Amino acid sequence: MGIHVSTKINGDDVEFVCDAEETLLDVLRDRLNLTGAKEGCATGDCGACSVTIDGRLTCSCLTLGAEVEGREIGTVEGVAKGNELHPIQQKILDNAALQCGVCTPGIVVAAKALLEKKPDPSEEEIRYWMAGNLCRCTGYDKIIRAIQDAAAEMRG
Amino acid sequence: MSKLIPDITKDKIAGGVYQNKLHDSGHKHVNGQAVYVDDIPEPHGMLHIYMGMSTVAHAKIKSMDLSEMRASEGVACVLTVEDIPGINDYSPVKGDDPIFAEGKVEFIGQPIFAVAADTIDLARAAAKKAVIEYEELPAILTIADAMEKGSYVSDPHVMARGDADGRIATAKHVIKNSVELGGQEQFYLEGMIAMSIPGEDDEVKVYSSTQHPSEVQHNVAKALAVPDHAVTIETRRLGGGFGGKESQPALMASVSALVAKATGRAAKLRLDRDDDMVMTGKRHDFHFEYEVGFNDDGLIEGVSMLHACRAGYSSDLTDAIADRAMFHCDNVYWLPNIKVESYRCKTNTVSNTAFRGFGGPQGVFLIERIIDEIAAKLDKDPLEVRQKNFYGVDDNNVTPYHMTVEDNVIHEIFEELEESSDYQKRRAEIREFNKHSKVLKKGIAMTPVKFGISFTTTFLNQAGALVHIYTDGSVKLNHGGIEMGQGLFTKVAQVVAEEFQIDIERVKITATDTSKVPNTSATAASSGSDMNGMAAQAAARTIKQRLTDFAATQFQASVEDVEWLPNRVRVGSEEIAFTDLVKQAYLNRISLSSTGYYATPKIHYDRENCKGRPFFYFSYGAAVTEVLVDTLTGENKITRVDILHDVGKSLNPTIDLGQVEGAYVQGAGWLTTEELWWDQTGRLRTHAPSTYKIPACSDRAEDMRISLWEKGKNAEETIYRSKAVGEPPLVLGISAFHAISDAIASVTDYEVYPALDAPATAERVLMAVDRTKKAAKS
Ligand code: FES
Ligand code: FES
Repeated sequence: MGIHVSTKINGDDVEFVCDAEETLLDVLRDRLNLTGAKEGCATGDCGACSVTIDGRLTCSCLTLGAEVEGREIGTVEGVAKGNELHPIQQKILDNAALQCGVCTPGIVVAAKALLEKKPDPSEEEIRYWMAGNLCRCTGYDKIIRAIQDAAAEMRG
Repeated sequence: MSKLIPDITKDKIAGGVYQNKLHDSGHKHVNGQAVYVDDIPEPHGMLHIYMGMSTVAHAKIKSMDLSEMRASEGVACVLTVEDIPGINDYSPVKGDDPIFAEGKVEFIGQPIFAVAADTIDLARAAAKKAVIEYEELPAILTIADAMEKGSYVSDPHVMARGDADGRIATAKHVIKNSVELGGQEQFYLEGMIAMSIPGEDDEVKVYSSTQHPSEVQHNVAKALAVPDHAVTIETRRLGGGFGGKESQPALMASVSALVAKATGRAAKLRLDRDDDMVMTGKRHDFHFEYEVGFNDDGLIEGVSMLHACRAGYSSDLTDAIADRAMFHCDNVYWLPNIKVESYRCKTNTVSNTAFRGFGGPQGVFLIERIIDEIAAKLDKDPLEVRQKNFYGVDDNNVTPYHMTVEDNVIHEIFEELEESSDYQKRRAEIREFNKHSKVLKKGIAMTPVKFGISFTTTFLNQAGALVHIYTDGSVKLNHGGIEMGQGLFTKVAQVVAEEFQIDIERVKITATDTSKVPNTSATAASSGSDMNGMAAQAAARTIKQRLTDFAATQFQASVEDVEWLPNRVRVGSEEIAFTDLVKQAYLNRISLSSTGYYATPKIHYDRENCKGRPFFYFSYGAAVTEVLVDTLTGENKITRVDILHDVGKSLNPTIDLGQVEGAYVQGAGWLTTEELWWDQTGRLRTHAPSTYKIPACSDRAEDMRISLWEKGKNAEETIYRSKAVGEPPLVLGISAFHAISDAIASVTDYEVYPALDAPATAERVLMAVDRTKKAAKS
């Protein structure tokens, strides 16, 4: 039987009904039409499904929809403010740090979570923080540069 | 507003060729708004499909009881081979890839049936209720096994020139050895997927994540027993392809279309990661044997090679791939006396398929290994031996397949990179470091690439495009190429913008669609922008010519007086905005739409005699990789990479740099951490990112210095003299492998050649360390 869940997504109150075994990723994609988060592995190893729950970076493929009752979820769709891109989004574009783009939403969410926690990460910290977000296309160099640039801009 | 009213005063358009135009969908990607097949809103009542797979490597199917599965909750449809109205095959060439197993299974993961239900969970649960009884047969699982039993998917092929054996016999030095080279999973982050929507009569529309819509269309039609015209394939973008989505997607598309037509409901088949890795093909692994004769300088006098690759249970594209490995047996080296024997082994494992480089990297791997070993034997810097054996520019420049290398630039690239990477100084420092560092050892290597550009199956080298101009001056562009992240759509739009001299924002790129441009070739062989760029240019030029003629008539001038300027056209002293010209032309009944077509010139090949010009031109590059190896654990890390790569006159340097970087990392991953491992029953045990390790962000070299070769210019008349970029730089990953080998050699003070097999996983590195130490002692 369906479970009723009340939550906040990207600042808006949202309610949904899901099955007990349904992942948050499936809820977002199939019930709420938020298809930014992708399924790359469904086992917590690729980061394509990254979201934040109460500010904490999480694999939505490993979280049940029913678990987010009363929590606050952040997805890639909520990163830009209207037409204004978040610095990490802008810097990914400026550095051409994407190719096929499937990993990009996860990278945006993960990098934003890093910068909120640590405004001035070292190159090594970036590398290890982002190690859970696989990208098969870019080779990561430009992704790291983008995060460094965004960090610098956000520090002002 | 700038998008609506083009600026007709400026002297350069935005987004023409040679500009750093960003990926066309970049904005959508960073916002999660770019739509992949799985993101398309699902039609009402859509079915989800799960595929039942073989659990044994080789067996007769004794019996199949699917009755309980059919009765399972939510199941709408079950398909087996009996339910295919047309032909049970989705192969690209030879007709040997059944959609569903018929009477026998030939590898673990082979599809036997499909079950479609209201949700994927219900379909999966139902599939568990299938009861299949097998009568197991002996299975051939390895290359060695297949070679011993003479089990091949096609006849062995030999390419020879000069007298290899004779020259080896008389050479001063001879090395005879063998080496193993592993395969590689494409690991496109978006897995295989197809969604089919049944249409009127015999029609069906399939959204497919494929690099080859025309082939998918053909296969779907064949399975449904309908004409090709009844099937439409649409593909907007892929979440990565890397060759893995060339022949394989026909399976997903065919099954989803069969379900859609059988039920009258939309149907989606999306493989999850594990099933995808088990069910679909990978890069071919190779066993190589070699014997080489050379002189005191390391100059190769004769070389004999044996290539044995694992095709898997069927041919798929193996012949073309194994041939390409042979075409790259020389890399950049002049080998006057050479013999290559190639065996395409049939095994009871998944059928291997295309993967970026398509056999080329494997061919290069062997000759680079040979050179490296020659250098070790002569106690020389491998760089010197490489240079010694380079093709000449004007002489010593004929490949083993009798094509003259007319565009050799490797000498210049190598010299420049040796200098800019500080190779000599660093090599000396590394040797010094290794003397004093007991456990951690450094290594460095520089390797070149020469990569042949064109499909070696000559007829595939054709492409089509379709360009419309609407009366407001906006342009719609369609071509047969697939956007899979490589920036193809952006590059082709740049070409069209350049032709019409309009800002790129005026050009709308649309999804690849078999009903717009028919009979296309796969977006593969690095040929995407070369061919589709030319086809789009041809289409644009046809319309441009009409507009030029029209403008001349309109202003009573001659055609020569018509000049195309940014967003406007000048005729004599008059200027007219592009938009106005288009409107005028329309009112005067001038057609504003055209197709364009391109067939790559000059190429031909006689396979039987191994003679011809299979490639239009070559791409070149070189890389220097430095690594750090822990000789107690085998762990290793790439610490610095320097790359100089020739992309001709780059259509878009930003995109090309991204391709070079990504390809290098993928190539290095192939030869270091990416290990495919099958157990004794033929079951793939590395079928998820938890066990199959592609490079992660943490593996990124701290210091990456990647440059495009500034002097680059294609000697042939390609689109704006650019060169293909997709595959060649992957081959540069070989430098990482040799750098590791160099580090290992240091444990015996470079006395013993490590003879490393690939991939150089920590385990293999450790074993090589032990082996070399033991060899040095004895
Ligand atoms: S899909 Fe969640 S980590 Fe891969
Ligand atoms: S851009 Fe393709 S996976 Fe990252």
